Amino acid sequence: MIPELGLYALILGFCTALLLGIVPLIGSFNGRSGWMAMARPAAMMQLFFVALSYACLTWTFIANDFSVLYTANTSNSGLPLVYKISGVWGGHEGSILLWVLILSVWVGAVAIFSANLPAVLLARVLSVLGLISVGFMMFVLLTSNPFERMFPIPADGASLNPLLQDPGMAIHPPMLYMGYVGFAVAFAFAVAALIEGKLDSATLRWMRPWTNIAWVFLTIGISLGSYWAYYELGWGGWWFWDPVENASFMPWLIGTALIHSLAASEKRGVFKAWTVLLAVLAFSLSLLGTFLVRSGILTSVHAFATDPARGQFVLLFLLIVIGGSLLLFAFRAGRLKGTSDYELVSREGALLLNNVLLVVACATVLLGTMYPLFLDVTAEIKLSIGVPWFNLTFVPLMLPIVFIVGVGSMLNWKRDKLEGRRNTFIVLLVASMITAALLGTQLYEFKITAVAAIALSVWVVATCIYGLVYRLRNKKNRLHAVMHTPAAFWGMTIAHIGVGVFTIGVALTSIYTQEDTVRMGPGVTHEIGPYTVGLASVEEVRGPNYLAMQGEFLISRDGKSVSTVQAQKRIYDVRRDLMTEAGIDAGLTRDIFIAMGESIDDNGAWAVRVQLKPFIRWIWVGTLIMALGGLMAALDGRYRMKKRKRESVAAKSSSSTTSAAVS
Amino acid sequence: MIKFLPFAIFAALAVFLYRGLFLDPTVVPSPFIGKPAPSIEAPILNAQTQFNSQEMAGKVWILNVWASWCRECAYEHPVFVDLAKNRTNVPIVGLNYKDQSADALQWLQRFGNPYSNVVADVQGDVGLNWGVYAVPETFVIDKKGVVQHKVIGVVSEEMMATEILPLIDDLLGQAS
Repeated sequence: MIPELGLYALILGFCTALLLGIVPLIGSFNGRSGWMAMARPAAMMQLFFVALSYACLTWTFIANDFSVLYTANTSNSGLPLVYKISGVWGGHEGSILLWVLILSVWVGAVAIFSANLPAVLLARVLSVLGLISVGFMMFVLLTSNPFERMFPIPADGASLNPLLQDPGMAIHPPMLYMGYVGFAVAFAFAVAALIEGKLDSATLRWMRPWTNIAWVFLTIGISLGSYWAYYELGWGGWWFWDPVENASFMPWLIGTALIHSLAASEKRGVFKAWTVLLAVLAFSLSLLGTFLVRSGILTSVHAFATDPARGQFVLLFLLIVIGGSLLLFAFRAGRLKGTSDYELVSREGALLLNNVLLVVACATVLLGTMYPLFLDVTAEIKLSIGVPWFNLTFVPLMLPIVFIVGVGSMLNWKRDKLEGRRNTFIVLLVASMITAALLGTQLYEFKITAVAAIALSVWVVATCIYGLVYRLRNKKNRLHAVMHTPAAFWGMTIAHIGVGVFTIGVALTSIYTQEDTVRMGPGVTHEIGPYTVGLASVEEVRGPNYLAMQGEFLISRDGKSVSTVQAQKRIYDVRRDLMTEAGIDAGLTRDIFIAMGESIDDNGAWAVRVQLKPFIRWIWVGTLIMALGGLMAALDGRYRMKKRKRESVAAKSSSSTTSAAVS
Repeated sequence: MIKFLPFAIFAALAVFLYRGLFLDPTVVPSPFIGKPAPSIEAPILNAQTQFNSQEMAGKVWILNVWASWCRECAYEHPVFVDLAKNRTNVPIVGLNYKDQSADALQWLQRFGNPYSNVVADVQGDVGLNWGVYAVPETFVIDKKGVVQHKVIGVVSEEMMATEILPLIDDLLGQAS
């Protein structure tokens, strides 16, 4: 009964989305305000029906209703409750339904927080979102119905893939989807602007917090995925450039470019067509990412052997959404003219450089991801693009961005002669190098690459802080000025400092990582860097739904005990999957990472992988700082002012643009 | 015209994606796949006779490398016991790798014996020829004696059902 209710609710949600996608849009063209006014209630209705449908599917998991095929394939009565709830998105059907739910949440949020928007714009934005929902709900209903029953009913379910039985992996997909789908809002605005043929400053201002929030979720989602890969896959790496990772990284790169180009478009009326194109691309790449992951076209062995209909459906959907919006762009973008000019050395110039580098970086990732497919299609050659290629092409594009991050954000709009700052920049640059050289002597081994990376990071942080100081230079009451610095400015500064922290983490981890694979039995010790790792014992332990061989490792330095960590090799009960749980002694300046490989002989010896990973935490701390900065910027009160107040502020800020903050 | 560039790039990409849907996206093959299987001439466990892999010509068969000291082997073993029960036309040859005969026999008694033959590779010479570097490993060999598939590590039920069995059915369908 409950599953049928869920399916019924989804069909009603589909019908509502269809109304939302058609009626307000037509109303916006023939000026019927009644038709347009339907947009908001329809959006709320869609959210209600989809949420009900999703709740029904969750109920089948919690109540162990294995008469539902999807539930039987994905859940098991022995699964802990939290993984029953997260298991709802553990398979194809459920994760697409989650996608639809999150899209509906964004649609509902836009409907709630959009009372101040012009009626025509709001109607078009919500209609575009409604049409996207229609596509995804059709996908669920036609090819991936999660409520399908099976008979005979199995006694128990096949259980959830143990890789997904992990807190990080449980919240990773919703975070990622919040980001992917969040770009749909910016996309809808871009399409509405193209239809209208104009994009004004108020609309751009309205897009900024939405885009920021989506970007924050995507940042957190990708970071979680990276952290999870580090501690769960047992290899000790944090980024592998595999197609699934790249699929989430490409929208992030374009989204980052979009955040910056929105700032320039809003404040100065430049790059408008470019901003619209980025908004279209960010969401298009999110859809492409979903297609690549869901179809398994690039990675998995069994892409469409079972159901080619799914791949064809998504591809058709991509053609309509991406192809349609890019064609619309081609015909209408000419109308979105910039309203001012600028010189090369200016805030606009820095933002343009940032945009070009990010977009080219995204293009290299796309090329590297798709190249194996190109070769396979054209020449039937099987080939994989390795990590070295990505590092070689991607890193050089990122270095200039990192270098200008602090300086660019304190340049004046329009033109900047760097009056009074040139000497400070030189002093900061030299000071960064000296600091880096001194810090470099404290590391494992003096390496010039490490010093250069530290200098770059110190430079980023120093210029960001100088940007704050420079902003306050003429203020009489410094404390008052600090307290009244807009959240957007703090957000920008914090996010940019995050870039510096992230850079240190990436550089020092890749330069100084030590990795040994050794044969260890109880009592055997191994030296890595200044540490000694010893295997104390290996014993069998029982978890809630798995059996594990657990090795206890003692870590010491100069004869003094540092810590004890447990590494496990798990075998899960129902599916008999093997999992490696690494033992990690985490620290601010280094992680010691221990993973058990295979048992080697009958004397209890194991192949053990021991790694010393300096500063690896700084990678995720850096991305979290970036996300925090993005969140602060999104919450800036200036984006939430009432209509009348907003107009007067907009007028004021355009007259004193030089002191206004970006981000 | 430059405004049409994004659309043109996307259109080209879409063509490749469409073609890609109908490709068999096999993973990068291991050096053994598609090559003639190394021949085996080694004693059969607990018997005076020799096993010769030429006996297997014309059959689709599985070589499963295992040892009594290998914990993971016990985890995957039920999958092979099931297979032996359900598919009597697919012989499974066990390669008992660097093991003691007594331990191996006791282990088979405890967990069941799905193997048509168990080859005793006490010194690991056969394993060396087959490129074995971790136990368990599993190979699928076709009627012409060519290695068609290789699994390093545990064969899960899912892997058996979705990868190995369909492949075996394919291979059985082909003329010898």
